Amino acid sequence: MNDIIRTENLTFRYTTEEGAAPTVLDGLDLSIEAGSFVAVLGHNGSGKSTLAKHFNAILLPSGGKVYVDGMDTVDESRLLDIRRQIGMVFQNPDNQIVASVVEEDVAFAPENLGVPSEEIRTLVDDALKTVGMDQFARHAPHLLSGGQKQRVAIAGVLAMRPRCIVLDEPTAMLDPVGRAEVLSTVKKLNRERGVTVVLITHHMDEAAQADRLIVMHDGKIVRDGSPKEVFRDVEGLRALGLEVPQPVALMYELRRSGVDAPLDTLDADECAAALSKLLS
Amino acid sequence: MALKDITLGQFFPGSSPIHRLDPRAKIVGLVAYIVALFLADWFVTYAVLLAVLAIVVKVSTVKVKALLKGLKPVIFLLVFTAVLNIFYTPGTPIFSLWIFTVTYEGVLHAFFMVVRIMMLISCTFLLTYTTSPLALTDGLESLLSPLKKLHAPVHELSMIMSIALRFIPTLIEETDKIMSAQRARGADFDTGNLLQRAKALIPLLVPLFISAFRRADELATAMECRCYHGGEGRTRMNRLRFRPGDVMFIVGAVLLAAVIGVMGHFGL
Amino acid sequence: MDPIIETRQLTHVYSEGTPFRHVALEGVDFSAMPGEYIAVIGRTGSGKSTLIQHLNGLLKPTSGEVLFDGGDIWSSKERTHQVRFQVGLVFQYPEYQLFEETVYQDISFGPKNMGLDKEEIDRRVRQAARFVGLDDGVLDKSPFDLSGGQKRRVAIAGVIAMEPQVLILDEPTAGLDPSGAAQILENIRAYHQEKNACVILVSHSMEEVAREAERLVVIDHGHIPFSGPPADVFAHGPELEKMGLGVPAMTRVFARLRAMGVDVPASVYTVEQARDAVLSALAKRGGER
Repeated sequence: MNDIIRTENLTFRYTTEEGAAPTVLDGLDLSIEAGSFVAVLGHNGSGKSTLAKHFNAILLPSGGKVYVDGMDTVDESRLLDIRRQIGMVFQNPDNQIVASVVEEDVAFAPENLGVPSEEIRTLVDDALKTVGMDQFARHAPHLLSGGQKQRVAIAGVLAMRPRCIVLDEPTAMLDPVGRAEVLSTVKKLNRERGVTVVLITHHMDEAAQADRLIVMHDGKIVRDGSPKEVFRDVEGLRALGLEVPQPVALMYELRRSGVDAPLDTLDADECAAALSKLLS
Repeated sequence: MALKDITLGQFFPGSSPIHRLDPRAKIVGLVAYIVALFLADWFVTYAVLLAVLAIVVKVSTVKVKALLKGLKPVIFLLVFTAVLNIFYTPGTPIFSLWIFTVTYEGVLHAFFMVVRIMMLISCTFLLTYTTSPLALTDGLESLLSPLKKLHAPVHELSMIMSIALRFIPTLIEETDKIMSAQRARGADFDTGNLLQRAKALIPLLVPLFISAFRRADELATAMECRCYHGGEGRTRMNRLRFRPGDVMFIVGAVLLAAVIGVMGHFGL
Repeated sequence: MDPIIETRQLTHVYSEGTPFRHVALEGVDFSAMPGEYIAVIGRTGSGKSTLIQHLNGLLKPTSGEVLFDGGDIWSSKERTHQVRFQVGLVFQYPEYQLFEETVYQDISFGPKNMGLDKEEIDRRVRQAARFVGLDDGVLDKSPFDLSGGQKRRVAIAGVIAMEPQVLILDEPTAGLDPSGAAQILENIRAYHQEKNACVILVSHSMEEVAREAERLVVIDHGHIPFSGPPADVFAHGPELEKMGLGVPAMTRVFARLRAMGVDVPASVYTVEQARDAVLSALAKRGGER
């Protein structure tokens, strides 16, 4: 078995004073293969973030099970083992940076884990180099750009040497350059270091770059497949309040006009190639 | 703009000998220096202390301008102290105006008071400018660690302090942004009587508090995700270790306080 | 026609006289016509936020002038105050500025500050709520009980209720899902059309600005290197890339096609234009056969 994360009939509802609140997650069965790059799409309130918080025992299931590397997340004795396996990066970089110096922030997790001082140094230097922020080690985080802050946040979880990183809309507050920085960092981690990546996003072009795409709606998984497979269903996704990458949207429009255009052109290159074939 | 001028708790990273000192040495040094300030009594002792401060500032590479900027918020306090001292110190009168009498002693006293407060604030700022908040709180935690035996939450307190310091620039920026946004809807923070002004702050304070709570909540989650579980079993990347230089610095600071005390005793 | 808002040789320097001195804008001439829909694009730190905060007098020029309806907005304190109501500015993540107990009260904050009477305030609040698609039932709720997208629409309504002749929005769709973003853009378009207001949209999404705006203004390092209809601006693809901006996906696709030697127009930037261009190219090829 090579699944880093596995959920079995995972159900979650917030308990309120008045009793049970609406169900946020509704019987999810999901396996995430170690080393894969999975994107999760869904409109606001579809349950994506709640799902992510189950992956490292920030939230515990109301029903069903979540296993991380075979460990049950309700097992409190394994809590730190679970959390060091699954690194989490959130939307607002300002609210996840703890320290006033970049390298001290990156050291935070290994310090909590009781790693000896010399080893922390190595972990921190390595993590900063991996995200390309080593020359900013002694800088104050609040003076960095959004993309740089988010890379520091990624380094902060990398210093735990996690097997998996879960990113919850990490690019929502960034400009295009910042977004590109973060996305290329994440892809590099996946390709070169074999870190499993779960990317929650609203940007269709980011989702298109994953190996596997999961679409959530009302606490359920409603689509699961390669981006090419999932994005073919233009009307279905639109009905869910989502979009498709523009190259796919163009092909869809052409098909509606009676042109036999392929629907699996996710980026500009593929789209241009398909169009030139069509037009030659 | 005024908000951005607040420099409280700001840290200017650097690699000067002062930056590299053990934070505990710096804290002890600061305390010794403040003691010396209160023992100082006359021009000679103040001159010595000012010279020491000047040397430390020079070595620290902190800009004098940055230190002076730190004094801005206390100008009112300085003026107030000076006025009180000038008018209310009995002694040889220089001149009288209605019921107020300015005395020779008063002017001197006011001068020394103002200088003392300015130096006190400057040396405190020097500590925060040259010591990262984390190192500072580490130092405090370490100095206060004997209190842990009395079950005082020393680690928690130092963590709270370091996070508070970390978020000062963020919250200042946020305050600025919310003020601008409410101004864009016609809010007026600058005119009206005291009551009107206090009321005008509601559109600023409510969003600011809500945002602070949201940040606190998100930060707590992020810290948990990074395996934070209190001070138990926690190690540090930069362990505090006294080096010969730190010991020398503390000895020097304590000696300074002693010497100033003796000089002050002889009325210098 | 005369511009509704205009800057002349606008320069803004932050922290003058300190080591942190930073020139955010330098000699900027910007103008917007009544009823025009403009998009401002530029990297974070390019000076675009500084520019829009000058347009309603939140920032004072270091040198140069800002004119509203032909008159200097800094000529008197009262004038500056009045211009703030005529040039509405919606900041980034405006939902974080909500503070009142009910949605109704929050939307009425601006109109109240304008000194309007009760009936007029009521009319404006209800109309603004309608513009952003909030039904009457929401008005009595606490803004803090709403969803993220709804909160944002309340915040935008708070500015619309002042019925500004110029409506400026700084990244109004940031962080929203596609349907939430589409809804807000639709609300803005409705206000633009019904009130014939000038809209200035700041955005990072080239697809968004290509679809919404009549004219694009590019800001880079405190200057305006390009300004014009989307087709003209996006013709500067390589320069835009260098500024960290890029072009819409469709423009990129068509540039590739042209590089491959396919005869398609260069001025394509939306999906609809791309579809039409491909269809007409197919028709032409069919005709030749």
